[in-house]
Formats: sequence, C-alpha cells, structure tokens
Amino acid sequence: MSQPNPYTRREFLRGGLIMASAAATLPAFLNASALAMHRAFGGLSSVPGVPDERILVVVQLSGGNDGLNTVVPYGYQEYYRARPGIGIPEKDVLKLAGAEGVGLHPQLRPLMEMYDEGLVGVVQGVGYPNPNRSHFKSMDIWQTADTSATGDGWLGKYFDSECVGFGKGESGTAEAPAGGPAGIAIGRSAPLAMQGRKVMPVSFESVDLFRWAGQDIHESLREPYDALNRREAGEGQAARANSNAAFLMRTSLDAQVSSDMIRKAVANRPTTQFPQTDLGRQLAMVASMIRAGLRTRVYYVNHGGFDTHAGQGGANGRHGQLLNQLAASLKAFYTELKAQGNDTRVMTMSFSEFGRRVGQNQSGGTDHGTAAPMFLVGPMIRRGVIGDHPSMRDLDSGDLKYTIDFRSVYAGILDSWLRAPSKDVLEGDYRPLPVLAQKA
Amino acid sequence: MAQPAVSTKPVKASPVNPEDRIENSLRPVRKGDWSYEHARHLLWRAGFGGDESQVRWLAEIGAEKAVDALLNVERVPSEAVKAEQFDASIMSPPNEEERQMARRAQQMQDEDTLARIRLERQRREREDRLQMNEVQKWWLRRLIETPRPLEEKMTLFWHGLLATSFRTIENSYHMFVQNQLFRKHALGSYAELLTGLIRDPAMLAYLDNNDSRRNKPNENLAREIMELFSLGIGNYTEEDIKQGARALTGYTFEDDEFRFQKNNHDTGTKTILGQTGTWTGDDFVRIILDQQACAKFITRKLYSYFVADVPPDERGGDKDLEPAQRTVLRNLADAFRGGRYEVKPLLRRLFLSEHFYEPRFRNDQIKSPAMLVVGSVRSLRTPVRDLSILNDAMDLMGQKLFYPPSVKGWDGGRSWINTSTYFVRQNVLAFLIAGKKPQGYDATADSQPYDALALLGPYPKDSGVGRREPEAVAEALLRLTLGWAPQTPKTTLVEYAASQEGVIDNRTVTGMLLLITTMPEYQLC
Repeated sequence: MSQPNPYTRREFLRGGLIMASAAATLPAFLNASALAMHRAFGGLSSVPGVPDERILVVVQLSGGNDGLNTVVPYGYQEYYRARPGIGIPEKDVLKLAGAEGVGLHPQLRPLMEMYDEGLVGVVQGVGYPNPNRSHFKSMDIWQTADTSATGDGWLGKYFDSECVGFGKGESGTAEAPAGGPAGIAIGRSAPLAMQGRKVMPVSFESVDLFRWAGQDIHESLREPYDALNRREAGEGQAARANSNAAFLMRTSLDAQVSSDMIRKAVANRPTTQFPQTDLGRQLAMVASMIRAGLRTRVYYVNHGGFDTHAGQGGANGRHGQLLNQLAASLKAFYTELKAQGNDTRVMTMSFSEFGRRVGQNQSGGTDHGTAAPMFLVGPMIRRGVIGDHPSMRDLDSGDLKYTIDFRSVYAGILDSWLRAPSKDVLEGDYRPLPVLAQKA
Repeated sequence: MAQPAVSTKPVKASPVNPEDRIENSLRPVRKGDWSYEHARHLLWRAGFGGDESQVRWLAEIGAEKAVDALLNVERVPSEAVKAEQFDASIMSPPNEEERQMARRAQQMQDEDTLARIRLERQRREREDRLQMNEVQKWWLRRLIETPRPLEEKMTLFWHGLLATSFRTIENSYHMFVQNQLFRKHALGSYAELLTGLIRDPAMLAYLDNNDSRRNKPNENLAREIMELFSLGIGNYTEEDIKQGARALTGYTFEDDEFRFQKNNHDTGTKTILGQTGTWTGDDFVRIILDQQACAKFITRKLYSYFVADVPPDERGGDKDLEPAQRTVLRNLADAFRGGRYEVKPLLRRLFLSEHFYEPRFRNDQIKSPAMLVVGSVRSLRTPVRDLSILNDAMDLMGQKLFYPPSVKGWDGGRSWINTSTYFVRQNVLAFLIAGKKPQGYDATADSQPYDALALLGPYPKDSGVGRREPEAVAEALLRLTLGWAPQTPKTTLVEYAASQEGVIDNRTVTGMLLLITTMPEYQLC
C-alpha cells in the first residue's frame, strides 16, 4: 500500500485552489461547456491517450429490489400462481417492445417513456453463483465483484488502475485529479464499491455541512486552521503509513480541497424540476456537479427501502412508490443532462443486492431471493431487453436461477464505456456484456 | 509457563482454567511502568476520557486500583433508571373495545369513524417519535454525566452489537426497555444477556419473531443471532438456521411483555449445530454458547471496541492476525468461555495487561461519534448545550442512538471518517466550545459561557502554564486533548497566540481549543 506522493498531493491542492478562485471571479464559466471549462483551469483538458470525460452514475437500490415486480413476466402463469396478492395484472404491465411476455411495473412509466426513446437497456436475470441471502454479504459481493465479498471495491480498483485517466503521480501511483475527486458518493459514507487503495472517494449528505463553521467565529482562526488541516506529513502515529492517524491526515486534506470545489458546483441548481424525494435531491446534486465540470468519473447515489417483507403492494403500494421515485428521478436527471448537453457523457446503472423469492409470503411481501434485473440508462446504451428472463419453471428451491453474471455487466461497462481493462480491474475474465449501442 | 501476577478470585468450574492459559502477551503491566500516559489511555478506552485532574488521580493510585475504579461500577452511586420515566402507553395495541369499534366501522363502511381511527393512529405515531427524541436526549445526557462511564460504554457496545432500530419497530418505549436490558448486563454475563435478548420485545419485533409461526417459521432472528450476534459466518449452516428458527417459534410479546405462545411453538425434534432434541429458544441459545466460535466472536468484538480494529472473524480462523494479537485473543476467548461469559473478568484481564498499553495502540483509535461528543464535554468541560443539536450531529456523523443503520450495527473504525463526517466532527466541536450553531439552525449563538481557562487550573502558578507563557499553554492544551504535543501544530498555535497579542485569556484559549479540535489527531484516542 503506497502513500500518495506529497509532491503530487500539493499539486492537487493547488489545482483545487486555482479552480475555486477562478470560479469566484468568472461566473460565466459556470454555464460554459465542460470542455471549455477545463481549459479555463490552466490546461486541464483531456490528457493525451485518455478517454473523454465519460461518467458513470450508480444507483444502488438497497434492501433487495423485487425484480419480478419490476420487470414483470406477465406472460407466465407461474408468476400469477406464486403471487396471488401482489402480482401485477397483465392489463397494468407496461409491455416492453421487442420482448416476449415481460414488461415494466406500471409505476415505472417515466422510465418506460425513456425506454421508448431508446435510452434504457434492461438486463435480465442478473446474479451470481451460490447466491447469498444476507443483505450485507450480498451487497459486499456486488460491491467487491467477488463472491467471497472480500477485497477492495470494484470502482475503487478502477480508480486505482492506471486507466483512470487522470495521469499518474510522481511515484507512479494513480493520483486524485485536479478538478474533482475520482468518485463522489451522496450519503453519509462512501460505499465499499468505491473504496480502493490509492484514490479516496468523497462523500457528503448535504453541502451546507461541508465546511468548518468555526472560521465564521473570528477571521484570525482561518490561517491557523488551514495550516493544521492541510498538513501533508504527520508526526507520531501518523508517520506509520497504515495507521489510523495517517489515514486521518489524508482525509483532512482531501476534505479541504473537495469542499472548495463541490460547494461551488452544487450552489448552482439545475434548471429542471426534480422530484422532491431523497433520490431526486441526490440526482439533482449530481447533475449540478456534472454541469460544473468536475472531472469526477463515478457518482454514487442510494435509494433505500426495498426490503419489502410485508405489505409491499402490487400495482400500487410501497414497492410501486419506490419504483416511481426511481423512474421519475431518472427522467428528470436525463432531461437536465440533455439541457446541459451532457447526456451523451453520462451512463447510469442501477442494481440491488438481490431480488426476492418467486412466491409471496404470508405477510403480503416477499423474502430475500436471488437474480434480478438491472437498468442501464443513457443515449449510448444498447437499447432494449438484454438477455433472457430467468425461467419461471426451473427454480432452485423457490428461487430464480440467474442468467447473466453481474460481473459481465461490470466488465462491459469497464471495457467499453470507461475503457479500462476489465480483466485487470475485476481480476478475472467475465465475458464483457455488450452494453453500448453499435454506433458508440 | 509464566506465573500470572493478576490476582482474581478462583473461577467456577470450567473447561479451561483461564489462569493456566495466560501467556506473556497478557502479562500484567508492571508497577513501575504505570504512568500518566497509561492512566490517560485507560480513561479514554475504558471510559470517555476526562480532564487533567482525573488522569492525574488514576496515575497516582496505580494500575490495579485505577482499573477497578472504572470496572467496579456497582460501588459508584448512580442515578437509577426508572421504568416510568417514559410513557409506556403511546403505542399500546388497541383494546377490545377499540378493536370492536374498528371492526364495526369496517363492516358498515363508516368512513368518518375509520378516518378518526386513522388520525388517532397518526397522532400516536407522531407522539411516539417525539418521545423517541426524548429518550435519545436522556441517554446522551446520561453518557455525558454518568459517574460510571464504563457501564454506559458497555451499554453502547451491546446496542451496536445486538442492534435494533426504532426506524423499523416504531416503539420508543420498547427501545427504552431494551436499553435497560443492555445496561443491566453491561458488565455482567453475555450468556444471560443473550437469553434476555430472545425475550426482548424490541428485538422480537425488529427481527420478525413475533410473526414466526409453528408451521411457517420466520428465520430472521435465528439467522442474525448466529451471523451477527454470536458465531459469525462460517460457523453454522443454513440448516442450523432453519432448525434454530423452529426452536424460536412461540417467542413473542404482548404489549410490553414477553410471551411464550405454547400453541405456536414447534415442539418437534431439531438438530442444531450437531445437538438433537426437542429444543426451545433457550436451548438454541445454550447450544450456541457451547461453541468455542461464540467466545472467539464476542472477544474479537470487544477487542476491536477497546484496543484496536481487527477484521471480522470469518470461518473461525485467525490467521490474518499477527502472532501477539492471535495469542491474546485466543487466551481471552478461552477465559471468556471458561468464565461463563462474564464480561468483567475478561475486561479486567485486558485492562491490566501490558498488551493493552502497547505504544502502537495509543492515540490510534478513531473516536466514534459518541466518543467524540461525550469525550469532548467530559475532558474539555464544555457546557452540554442543546442535546437536540448534539443528537442531530451524531446522526450526521453516522451514529444516531437507537437508530443503527442495520442489524449489523455500526462498522466503526475508519468507516466513521469520510470528508463529510470530518466537517461535522469539526463543527460539533465549534458548537460545544463556542456555542456556534451548525448551519440550518437559528443564527443566534448558544450563550452559555465556556470557561476554557479552567483547564489550566491544575498547573502550578510558578510553571510556564501558570505564568501563561504561550508555548507552555499550547503544549499543555495539546497534551490534554491529544495525549502528546506534535511539533508543527504547536508552532501554529503559538503563532495564533501571537496574533492575539500573546495574551492568554479565555478568548485565546478558546480559540486554541477551536483549532486543536479540528485536527486529524483530535479524532483519535
């Protein structure tokens, strides 16, 4: 585990400060295109041999989204037999063009509209061998791309790999970019998926809390505060690279730099109306940061509440509401991105730690299951339904058998969208799923 | 084998006599080695830290007395918790009359009555959420003010390990009752605690055991007990969970009381972890406690809480640990199981060991949000200020009391820290020290005065601190807050004092504390 090189960290710091001050004096820049903006920041435009500013947004559906009531196999009688109370009646299902017997939950109408515009890919029956039904374990498996659920996060490994596109630091390690952290998670803490070794993700719940309020007490505190919180080397325990003290020193420095940039970005709200929901708020912030031209590669948002053991409802009800929040937020997000001229740069992927059992339980809900669909969104996406719906007859003790390994989806995104060698990042060969439309 | 120098009362009959298993790694700290630094380390790890006079006192009385002063909580008078402190009736289930009325209204499609019932339910839910806030405030105040810090610290440990969230069960009184269960067994027997847990209404509701039926057992409680509360993944099978769930059928509650519903209990034969019989939930717990893996699992959790982060024990192995820690953990686990899962002797052994005080462990544990808030008030002697604001800050720092994020509790360690929580940590200290309210509250500052100069009281008048020399004051404040005085920050503080014309008054010392508490090192203890 190598320490970030102090010299490059200092450069990083300067880059951040330049950006903040430029932004303060050049309000017009905020509406400029991303590319023009990077030039404004002292030649930080695309690095030779490095892909353009392509972005991945991950939407995590926490709790285990019921895949069978998301992409509904209305053409199968087994579905209705297993779900007498919560099955979605065929008349309500939004039929997917080009797919036999499957369609979307009626509350996903905004997503259906995007599907009809060719902005959505539905990957069916995604899972992994020997599925684990523990929320935590299965979530860790998805986030590490490893069925033992150990090791670094898959996006963290991507950040760490030399293909991040931010160039290498002096010591040959991948370095956080001037112009924004490699990964930003909206939430209390960065997910395991983004935890790597060299590049630290940034996370925050709300930007108002993303600065030290003490500096408002007296201005004489500002300079010593900066001196104490922008130190690059520590004494005592912090001199040991793997100590908690060293970890805190790095976090402290990152916090200062990120605060300057991100608060600036989010202060400028989108022109599109986003749903007044938690997910809507999160995606609105992401849209602002994309518009501000942060060079962040991956944004991560969370949509919780999918652990529907009881009273999940059918065409209406709790699960339907969650799906509607998802679809409406994604719709607003892409409307905004298109208005910005950024939609072609942004791919969105949704996933959940597992789907749910085929049969409903006694409480009008569903218990932890296995394979489920993923959504891929964006104009670059291979539109339509990808893969076959898992068999409704050939079950594994009441659970669906997966048809596509989730790591094939990751591999497809890494290889073709992020242009990072998936074999290295995922430490294995997972037959990359073609996720892009032919022209891309 | 080295002779143990720790004197403990003879343990009860046990498979392994712990006295025979002590190795050098758990050798007691030598009398001559006991120092101010040792005392400070103990006070922060076995409690929530303290001010200069408390550390000096522990340093003076020596290791054994210092450890016992913290451990023997029953000798310290403390305010009893009263059951009637909070309203038990807010979320009581409807009585027979109310149920009949609801049924009739349903049949008659009496929309007015139905709407009234719905409104009444919403009103109660609102009231209960408010009561939950009060319970939160009550506990946070208790954490701050308790004369028995280790009792509260262990109560918090059990809350994090045997996690239940109000968000799911929506019953503040049950959360309060569970908190008493954890406090009752704080330093007692884990075996008794686990037995109490399968009778605890909050836990039974949280993990759906009240919905478990003889012919359709719900596996949630059995699974989480094995996975997260006692054994850890790899030490049981899916079949053990299924059988365990059958054993737990019928364990439920009515209103606030545990009920064993005989007719809902599966009386058939079950095989759990190799033992076959017509087991009940209590047998399920007993069988778990028979496993060495259980002692190892809990010991690791305690070690991570008090000494240093160790990765979760999966598959029961410990090859990932360095040899010294491996020996320590094995010995502690043997003694724990042999000593019938009594927590106090285990902690006594640990707190008296040389291992516990190794320099590499000192000032390198990341404070939990509770440690940060409670420890700051206790050691800096700031006003408590507004408990609601402190609770909100705890939430943003990732540790909302009574709302652990999941049944897994809080991950702790580095997971407390990210760039976002980092600012909240700095800002809650600005609030405690200067009364500066965080963003989102009314702009007026909390006006309770803070006497920062009092921290310099214990120093003699003829010392540098007594003479108010900036460098000596900076050094003393750093030692108080961090346990040591790193050079570069000390220089920064002296420069800051110079910018205040070198006058060491309450305002300058307050400024110095505002600065120190933003430092990365302040997040550690």
